[in-house]
Amino acid sequence: MVFTRASSPHGHAPLDTRRVMQYVLLATIPGLVALTWNFGWGSLINIVLACLVAVACEAGVMAIRRRPVIFYLRDHSALVTACLLGLALPPLAPWWLVVLATGFAIVVAKHLYGGLGYNPFNPAMVGYVVALISFPVAMTTWITPRDLLPEGVTLPGLIESVRIVFGFAGTGSVLDGITGATPLDAFKHHSGLLVEQIRAREPLFSEAEVASYGWEWVNLGFLAGGVWLLYKRVFTWHAPIAMLSALALMAMLFYDGGSSSSGGPVLMHLLSGATMLGAFFIVTDPVSSATSNRGRLVFGAAIGILIYVIRVWGGYPDAVAFAVLLMNFAAPMIDNYSLPRTYGQKKSRRATEKME
Amino acid sequence: MTDQSQYGEIARNGLWNNNPALVQLLGLCPLLAVTGTVVNALGLGLATLLVLVGSNLVVSLIRRQVSDAVRIPVFVMIIATFVTCTELLMKAYTYELYQILGIFIPLIVTNCAILGRAEAFASKNGLLPSTLDGVMMGLGFGAVLLVIGGIREILGHGTLFANMSLLFGPVAEGWQLTLFGDGQGLLVAVLPPGAFLVTGLLIALKNVIDGQIARRRAARRAPVARGSKRVRTTGTIS
Repeated sequence: MVFTRASSPHGHAPLDTRRVMQYVLLATIPGLVALTWNFGWGSLINIVLACLVAVACEAGVMAIRRRPVIFYLRDHSALVTACLLGLALPPLAPWWLVVLATGFAIVVAKHLYGGLGYNPFNPAMVGYVVALISFPVAMTTWITPRDLLPEGVTLPGLIESVRIVFGFAGTGSVLDGITGATPLDAFKHHSGLLVEQIRAREPLFSEAEVASYGWEWVNLGFLAGGVWLLYKRVFTWHAPIAMLSALALMAMLFYDGGSSSSGGPVLMHLLSGATMLGAFFIVTDPVSSATSNRGRLVFGAAIGILIYVIRVWGGYPDAVAFAVLLMNFAAPMIDNYSLPRTYGQKKSRRATEKME
Repeated sequence: MTDQSQYGEIARNGLWNNNPALVQLLGLCPLLAVTGTVVNALGLGLATLLVLVGSNLVVSLIRRQVSDAVRIPVFVMIIATFVTCTELLMKAYTYELYQILGIFIPLIVTNCAILGRAEAFASKNGLLPSTLDGVMMGLGFGAVLLVIGGIREILGHGTLFANMSLLFGPVAEGWQLTLFGDGQGLLVAVLPPGAFLVTGLLIALKNVIDGQIARRRAARRAPVARGSKRVRTTGTIS
C-alpha cells in the first residue's frame, strides 16, 4: 500500500447535504444538454418552472410547520426534486402539469411524511406517477428528435416554446406536427414484426448510432453525469450497477433471437427511456432506497428486473418510476434482512431482533 | 347516567368521537372502493345504514336468548338477512345503482363496522340505545362516505351530484353541478390511490380539529396562575 504524502492541512470536509445536492444538480447538465439539443427548449422550461414551484411549496410548508425557511431552502433538496421531475416530464408539457406534479411531489410525497430524510418514496417519482396516471395523454406526448422531424418542420424557438407551454399558441396545432413515439413506445406497438424489421422501419432505430436516435445521447449524458457523481463519491456503485446489470441480463435472457415476440435488444433497454436517469439519479436516492451496500445490490437489481417486466409485459412503455416506487415500499424489508455486522459483534443482526 | 346524557353520548360517539370510518377505520373496503362519486357513496351509505340499524335492533332483542358460543354465527346470519333484504330492495327500486355498486352490496355482510357494533354494543345494551347506536354509527359512516365521494367527484370528474337520478328518480335529473369541463379531471382522485389520499387527509383534518378542541378546553379549564413560582433546584426535598 502506498501512502501518498501531501502537505497539511490533511482534513477533508465531509460532504454535507447542500454540497451533495449541488453535485447532483451539476451532474444533470450533460443529460439536460442532450435533451435540449434533441427535443428543444421544453425540458429547460420544465426545470425552471418546477424549481420555482418547488421552492415556493417548500417555503410555504416550512412556514406552516414553523421551521426556519431559509435554512431548509439552502439544502437545495427541493431544487433536486424539481430538477429531476423537470427532466422526466415530457418537454413542452403544459404548465399546469409541471406545477401539479411538482406541488404533489414536494407537499404530499415529501412534507406530509415528515420532510427531507423521512419520505418513504422518492418525491420526484411520486410526482411523475401522479401526473402519468392522471393525465396519460399529456404525459405520453413526446417530441420527435430534431433531425427526424419531417421536411420543413422545425422545433419551436425559446419564445414559441414558452407560448406553447402556457397555452398561448393555439390548441396544440404546433405540437401535433412535432410529436411522435418514443423508442420504447415505437417498439411496443410493432408486435408481429421481427426486431430487424422494426429497426428497418422506424427511423428512431434505423438512424441511431447504437440504440435509438436522440435518446441514446440523452442516456449517455446521464451516464456521464452519474459516473462523475460516482467519482465524487456522492453514492456507491452498488444500486446503479445492480439495476443496469439486472436490466441487461433480463433483456439478454428474453431477447429471443430477435423474433416477433422478442422483448427488445439489450442496448435499447439500456439507452432508451429513463434508464440512465433512473439508475444514477433516482435509484441512488439516499432517503428512499436501501441503506446497506448489500441491501442496495438487492434494491437495484429488483428495480432492474421490474423495469423490464413492466416495459415488456405491462401496459406502459416505460417503467422506471413504477419500479422505483414499488421497491421503495420494499426498502425497509431489505434493510431488515441486510443489516451490516456491527464492529465487535459476531454475526449481523436483523433490525427487528430483540436486543439482549 | 341519565338516559338523556347516555343518548347524547351515543350520538356523539357515532358521528364524531368514535366514527366508524375515521376513528375505528372499519369498513374501509367499501369506503375506498365505491366513493368515486356522490351518488355511489350515498347509495352505499344508505344501504349500510339500513343494515346497521336492523342488525343492531334484532341483535339487541335476542341478546339474552343467544349463548356466547354461537353468537358470532347468529350475528352474521342476522346481518346477512338484512343485507339480502337491502339488496332485493335496491334491485327493485334503484337497479342501475345496484349494478354500479355490484359486489359491494353483498359485501356489506363482511363490513366489520356492522359486526363490530353488534358485538360491542347491541349484544350488551337495550333496544332503544342499540337502535340509536345503529342510526348514529350508520350516519357517521355515511357522512364520511359522502364527503369522500364529493371530494373525489369534484377532483376527478369536475362535477358534483352527477347521476343523482339513479337514486332519487327523475326529480334529480338537473341536480348536477359542473365545476369544470370534462376530460380535465385529476384522474388519480377517482383511482384507488385517490381514495387512500382523501381518506388520509380527512383523518388528519379530524385530528387537527380534535387537537384544537382539546387545547381550547384545556385553556379554559386551567387558568394560568399569576405571579412567580419559585422552584427548588438544589438540595433534597423534604
